[in-house]
Amino acid sequence: MREAGLEREREITLVVNGTARRVRVPGRRLLSDCLRHDLGLTGTHVGCEHGVCGCCTVLLDGEPVRSCLTFAVTVDGSEITTVEGLAGADGMSAVQRAFAECHGLQCGFCTPGFLCTVTALLRDNPAPTDEEVVDGISGNLCRCTGYQNIVKAVHRAAELIAEET
Amino acid sequence: MTTRLFGEPVQRREDPRLLTGGGRYLDDLGSGALAAAFVRSPHAHARVRDVDVSAALDVDGLVAIYTWEDLPERVGRPLPLLIPHPALTHGRTAYPLARDVVRHVGEPVVMVVARDRYLAEDACALIEVDYEPLKPVVGLEEAVQGAQLVHEDVPDNVGAHLVQEVPNAAGRSAREAIEASPHTLSFRLDIERSASMPLEGRGVYARWDGSDLRVYTSTQTSTSVRMAVAATLDLPLPHVEVIAPDVGGGFGVKIVHPWPEEILVPWAAMRLGQEVKWTEDRREHFISSAHERGQVQHVRVGFDDDGVVNGLDVTILHDHGAYTPYGIIVPIITSTQLLGPYRIGAYRVEFSAVYTNTVQVTPYRGAGRPQAVFCMERTMDKIARYLGKDRTEVRAANFIRPDEFPYDQGLIFQDGRPLIYDSGDYPEMLRMLKELIGWDDFEPGRHRGIGIGCYVEGTGVGPYEGGHVQITSDGRVHVSTGLTSQGQGHETAFAQIAATELGVPIERISVVTGDTRRFGYAVGTFASRAAVVSGNAIALACRKVREKALRIAAEALEADPADLEIADGLVHVVGTPSASIPLSTVAVLANPLRYAFDEEAAKATQFSGISSPDKPPVAEGDEPGLEGRDYYSPIRSTFAAGMHAAIVETDPLTAEIKVLRYAVVHDCGRLINPMIVEGQIHGGVAQGIGGALYERMVYDGHGQLLNASFMDFLMPYVTEIPHIETAHLETPSPLNPLGIKGAGEAGVIPVSAVIAGAIEDAEGIEIDRMPISPSELFDLRNLAGQDAEPGTQQDA
Repeated sequence: MREAGLEREREITLVVNGTARRVRVPGRRLLSDCLRHDLGLTGTHVGCEHGVCGCCTVLLDGEPVRSCLTFAVTVDGSEITTVEGLAGADGMSAVQRAFAECHGLQCGFCTPGFLCTVTALLRDNPAPTDEEVVDGISGNLCRCTGYQNIVKAVHRAAELIAEET
Repeated sequence: MTTRLFGEPVQRREDPRLLTGGGRYLDDLGSGALAAAFVRSPHAHARVRDVDVSAALDVDGLVAIYTWEDLPERVGRPLPLLIPHPALTHGRTAYPLARDVVRHVGEPVVMVVARDRYLAEDACALIEVDYEPLKPVVGLEEAVQGAQLVHEDVPDNVGAHLVQEVPNAAGRSAREAIEASPHTLSFRLDIERSASMPLEGRGVYARWDGSDLRVYTSTQTSTSVRMAVAATLDLPLPHVEVIAPDVGGGFGVKIVHPWPEEILVPWAAMRLGQEVKWTEDRREHFISSAHERGQVQHVRVGFDDDGVVNGLDVTILHDHGAYTPYGIIVPIITSTQLLGPYRIGAYRVEFSAVYTNTVQVTPYRGAGRPQAVFCMERTMDKIARYLGKDRTEVRAANFIRPDEFPYDQGLIFQDGRPLIYDSGDYPEMLRMLKELIGWDDFEPGRHRGIGIGCYVEGTGVGPYEGGHVQITSDGRVHVSTGLTSQGQGHETAFAQIAATELGVPIERISVVTGDTRRFGYAVGTFASRAAVVSGNAIALACRKVREKALRIAAEALEADPADLEIADGLVHVVGTPSASIPLSTVAVLANPLRYAFDEEAAKATQFSGISSPDKPPVAEGDEPGLEGRDYYSPIRSTFAAGMHAAIVETDPLTAEIKVLRYAVVHDCGRLINPMIVEGQIHGGVAQGIGGALYERMVYDGHGQLLNASFMDFLMPYVTEIPHIETAHLETPSPLNPLGIKGAGEAGVIPVSAVIAGAIEDAEGIEIDRMPISPSELFDLRNLAGQDAEPGTQQDA
């Protein structure tokens, strides 16, 4: 027998990249699917759907979370930043520019998760040591780069942020 | 501004899009499409007795349920055997949906289409398949006993058996040469399964408008998917287009085609008259795509007092899983690339490709080479250990010398052509590596060791690729090639080639790959071939366009084409920069017009006086437009090479293995973009370290994959990967105009061999199985403490 109520919908409000979005979602709708398929923000990627790879990382009220392990209805009213919201009016953020400069991405699929993670990391710790960088990105998988240039990009982003503030 | 960008570390053109959420991967497309999901076999081997869909029929949003019996004859046929080979006497491929028998956990049995993926999975969960479980065949050595069969008509589960023999200069066979050698060793090596495991799985999205089919698929070959789809669905080829959008990694698994889903999704879209999409989830990728690497090797080698190999005899059991859609390419590559940078006196290699009730085996980055290099480099280390010599000395004693190129290894390679190395300098490469890692100064300590691995990699395999280059009247350059991209930076590297060839700033150049609407003839992206084959094709196409541009500009400037050059998008007379014409104007002049669509175009219209009234506006043999198309078809593969070394430390108590340093010297001929090449090497080494220390596919005796998730299949995070030090040697390939060889797979190839050698050096215990976990090393220590029999037998 099918369980009743799986598709019972509820209206929620998410403040995504600074804009309030109202959306009706079933209780079981993952935040990742809500962002991607209900709100059309496909920059957030889904790599494993069990919270290991980190591709789906977004900032929930400023903190990195796995959007594939979060039901959209549980974050009603929250502020969410996705990769689409990282660039400012004057172009890409320091973290994004550093990734380009240091060749910190190849296929680009894991990149949005790294960018969100690193954005929060450098906000909390503007001048991380090598060890702190490695620790800070140790929850995100990348199958292409071997991480070396990602580590380099995090340090470079810290430099750029320091220069620009 | 320079446009000579070949060889420069140019920043990637694709990055701004990928860094801002603007990438378009498969599941980012088709927001209104219906969703497909599959019921997949939970059994490794079973007869399908019945499928009962009745409980699923009242699922809200259900659109369709299909089993094999619903498929038309053409669609329901077994999937193609892509690379037939005479030795593959018992090639077998799957049906798109299981017919009667399932042969591995994960084989698709029922396809469900619904309004969204959640609902499609609801319906899948309610479909009841009645299976009669059969005894599964798991494990290579069990399989060749033949007690149980994966395919009833394949005796002993052997799909293919191939022997290649190369006698020595005196005409002696390998076995004779080994018998006559002063020293012989024999041993067994084991390599376990791993997989490509791109972070984006497979996916297919199809649109049908009543006459034309457009398919988007996360593939490494859109042109070949197109031909397979058109043939299977009985559609005229010009009515089918296939596009590889941004692809989130491939590493080999996405070269296989057509996957069942690449046939079924377009077929369902046509049948339903609605867009249909399927996006693979992670568990599906583990149990329904492809794996690689699993082999057992039996080695016998004969050598002299200097460690010079007189004869080598290798017998390989290759685990092919349940099916052979990609033929026997992987064991062919293992058996031929095994020789590496060495001239082995006489060689005999024999492999059996064996069916088991597990996921099929097709190429994963390196494609059989990691196993080959593990075999040869373990052999070199064992010879050195036996003779008490430095491991690099034994290798150097066997190297092909720089003056011996082209060097014919006497074997037939994966492309059916002779295995002839084009160029290289192995002694210099070894010197560079020893210097980079500090080989001679390394002081072995207890639980610290150093290892080395050398390889040669056939790259840039044919049959061909093409390039099309068009300069439009706005001065922009549009480059297209048919092969696809999965993160290799083709938009950048190919633009660098075009900028250099045409003298146009890279900002004005755009590159499209993997879109059959733009270029219909191609093979695909695999075997480190894209830069070699498409890169040269694009260079040749650019040269055609350049020649035409100079001819037209010469007429306009009343100059000799030989006196013209192009710089910064401007054609000018050498030495007289004022006598010039922009390429944009040349493009206008190249296309005689009747109708002016803007001021620039007016220059090419019939009353502009630009063409002579005595000649046709388009001369005989000429074509309108400033564009060109050309192809590059290599006579045979190029041979890149590399040598890696690592220093590892093992924990005396826990047997934890830590890579302290990792050094790479690499030769892929001329570098187009050293930044991209280094990135490829870093990524390859990281995958290699995964394969050496962490990644394996754990099947139980029932054929269940026990670790089909990222929780249990341990891919390295940043914490597992050391800093990788790299140096480049460039021996240009004489085979192609640009002198390039290819770099995509390089990094991964020797890593297991290198790490095994380093652990062996640290521990003094022979390492003959990879990957190796701390608990396995711990067990090996205990065994060694009990004075167990060594794995290697000294025969003499």
